Amino acid sequence: MKICVLVKEVPDAAVEKRIDPSTGRMDRSGEKNLNPYDTHAIEAAMQLKEGGALQVDEIVAVTMGPESAVRALHKAVSLGADRSIHLTDAALAGSDVAATGYALAKALEKEQPDVVLLGQQSDDGECYTIGAVVAEHLKAPSLTQVIKLDVVDGGLRCERQAEYGYDTVQVSLPAVISVGDAINEPRYPSLKAIMGAKKKPLETASAADAGIDASLVGGDGSRVQCGEFKAPPAKAAGTIIEDEDTDATVEQIVAWLDERKLI
Amino acid sequence: MGGILVYVLHYEGALNKNSLGAVSEGAKLAGELGVDCDAVVVGGGDLTNELLGTLGSYGAKKVYRAEGAEGLAQPVIDVIDKVIADNGHNYVIFGGGLLGFEIGAGLAARRNAGVTMEVTNVVVEGGKLIAERPILGDSQISRSHYKGDLGIIIGRINAFEVKETGGGAAEVVDVQVDYSPWSNQATMVQRGEQRGADVNIEDADVLVAGGRGLGKAEGFQLCEDLAGVLGGAVAATRAVVDAGWYPYAAQIGQTGKSVAPKLYLAAGISGAIQHKVGMQASEHIVAINKDANAPIFEFSDLGIVGDLNKILPKLTEAVKAKKGG
Ligand SMILES: Cc1cc2nc3c(=O)[nH]c(=O)nc-3n(C[C@H](O)[C@H](O)[C@H](O)COP(=O)(O)OP(=O)(O)OC[C@H]3O[C@@H](n4cnc5c(N)ncnc54)[C@H](O)[C@@H]3O)c2cc1C
Ligand SMILES: Nc1ncnc2c1ncn2[C@@H]1O[C@H](COP(=O)(O)O)[C@@H](O)[C@H]1O
Repeated sequence: MKICVLVKEVPDAAVEKRIDPSTGRMDRSGEKNLNPYDTHAIEAAMQLKEGGALQVDEIVAVTMGPESAVRALHKAVSLGADRSIHLTDAALAGSDVAATGYALAKALEKEQPDVVLLGQQSDDGECYTIGAVVAEHLKAPSLTQVIKLDVVDGGLRCERQAEYGYDTVQVSLPAVISVGDAINEPRYPSLKAIMGAKKKPLETASAADAGIDASLVGGDGSRVQCGEFKAPPAKAAGTIIEDEDTDATVEQIVAWLDERKLI
Repeated sequence: MGGILVYVLHYEGALNKNSLGAVSEGAKLAGELGVDCDAVVVGGGDLTNELLGTLGSYGAKKVYRAEGAEGLAQPVIDVIDKVIADNGHNYVIFGGGLLGFEIGAGLAARRNAGVTMEVTNVVVEGGKLIAERPILGDSQISRSHYKGDLGIIIGRINAFEVKETGGGAAEVVDVQVDYSPWSNQATMVQRGEQRGADVNIEDADVLVAGGRGLGKAEGFQLCEDLAGVLGGAVAATRAVVDAGWYPYAAQIGQTGKSVAPKLYLAAGISGAIQHKVGMQASEHIVAINKDANAPIFEFSDLGIVGDLNKILPKLTEAVKAKKGG
């Protein structure tokens, strides 16, 4: 059986994210990295493979993004994926969440995976929902925010926190599961795996290769047009204390609380 | 012109507060557009005519009711797809929550519609709805215009105020739906499980909240001690609740409780949006975090950049001394 893992390249957390005023899109220049949430999805795939309850023959990392996104694939392979697919095409630039999910689903259709895993959110897009879009196109059951994944009766038993407490849901395969960061502790890649990552098969696919209808993707194909960014109402900045001498800091905190009759 | 449809979540015979907020918001916007606001529910026998009729007082005209599995997104996508196919609604609004995200996004895929999540404000411009969503850690607001004939709006939790407008009982309309095969591929084994002790944080004037920065479950003792001298209770983030460090009943945020104490003191909490939405109404927010760039400092009244392991014990002693003296 085959597991596909969706991974994305995102600006490094230490870099301030911003909108490029000239294009109205996220400024994607600067340092980039594999979306940290996706490392949990790769780890979940590895644990399913190593767990042995499912016969996993192959883990395939899939991304959609510009040329630089191959680095996210190399990282995914160094963490355990066997090969990767890079969906890249100028026609895909500017796709919204629904268009991105559609494009990824088309790329996945060719692979016919038994399980699709992805991260709970991308560090930059923060839509939380690519999985739900992909699943609908693949006509597969789907859950997001899963923090425990077990193989039961040949399907997946998933736990997650929902509106009223913890829910446990059984899904039969094929299925699309987005995992939360509490699900596991991703392993570090070995030096050997990092060195070998570039030698694993990497397939580059254009929109046409994946059978994507160009009228449904890109800025023009997207059903939401975002723009006119504005600043939120300003909130008065709070007082900041850098703790250098803890006794003095604590004195300041107590005085602050006392002034506001909170003690 | 089609109207606005609002998904209403329920559990054990009670309608979800955020859904009621979404109905109130939908009714207000429908009024401005000159269309109707209807609601849609999916579930079992506890969805009585009487219960659903009460949606009229928040502004719903009709309530479409389908019998189906609860707590799962995909059956609801099938139902809403059918309701829209039959009645031509142009917008669907969700009050937030996990299912709202999943249903809204799946529906966008099903009907080739536009979707915006984490919406905090909706306005009418030129006879259309524009959804506003804060992005990049709430540092910018992006405005979504919808193309095509269906726009989906997923609210941020607590963004839409619940307002009773005094309307009469809503009309309940039963809908028959053939569920998709993949909707039947997921089954709820257990819903709404409460893990850990049943603690009460909603009535406390002072909350000392702990996050992953506490390092381990035992770290919560530092919060317990401070809460003890301040006469408050202890709260937690999802990260530590999922890790099993503290009970679910103490969780603040999107999938936990919403609170507004006089004092909210956060220790080792980064201040993620999903946490913020549950506590930003607090009167005074104090945060201790060793990372000067932690988002929580952007909405705290007093921020202390430092190690909680050094600060909390001394703070507890100092408050004790202050109270004693
Ligand atoms: C759909 C959805 C729903 C969610 N619902 C919720 C919810 O209901 N409630 C919720 O809380 N979250 C929720 N989350 C998760 C949320 O996004 C964050 O992941 C979570 O709030 C982070 O918890 P945290 O602040 O404890 O951990 P982290 O984000 O890991 O932050 C830990 C902080 O501790 C600081 N720290 C570390 N060591 C020290 C030290 N010694 N002294 C001082 N500071 C230190 C670090 O600098 C860091 O800022 C949800 C997410 C999603 C996607
Ligand atoms: N362009 C992309 N290519 C591959 N996977 C993606 C892409 N965008 C998002 N994802 C996946 O979808 C998850 C959720 O992203 P989002 O819905 O943007 O928060 C991420 O953690 C990734 O696993």
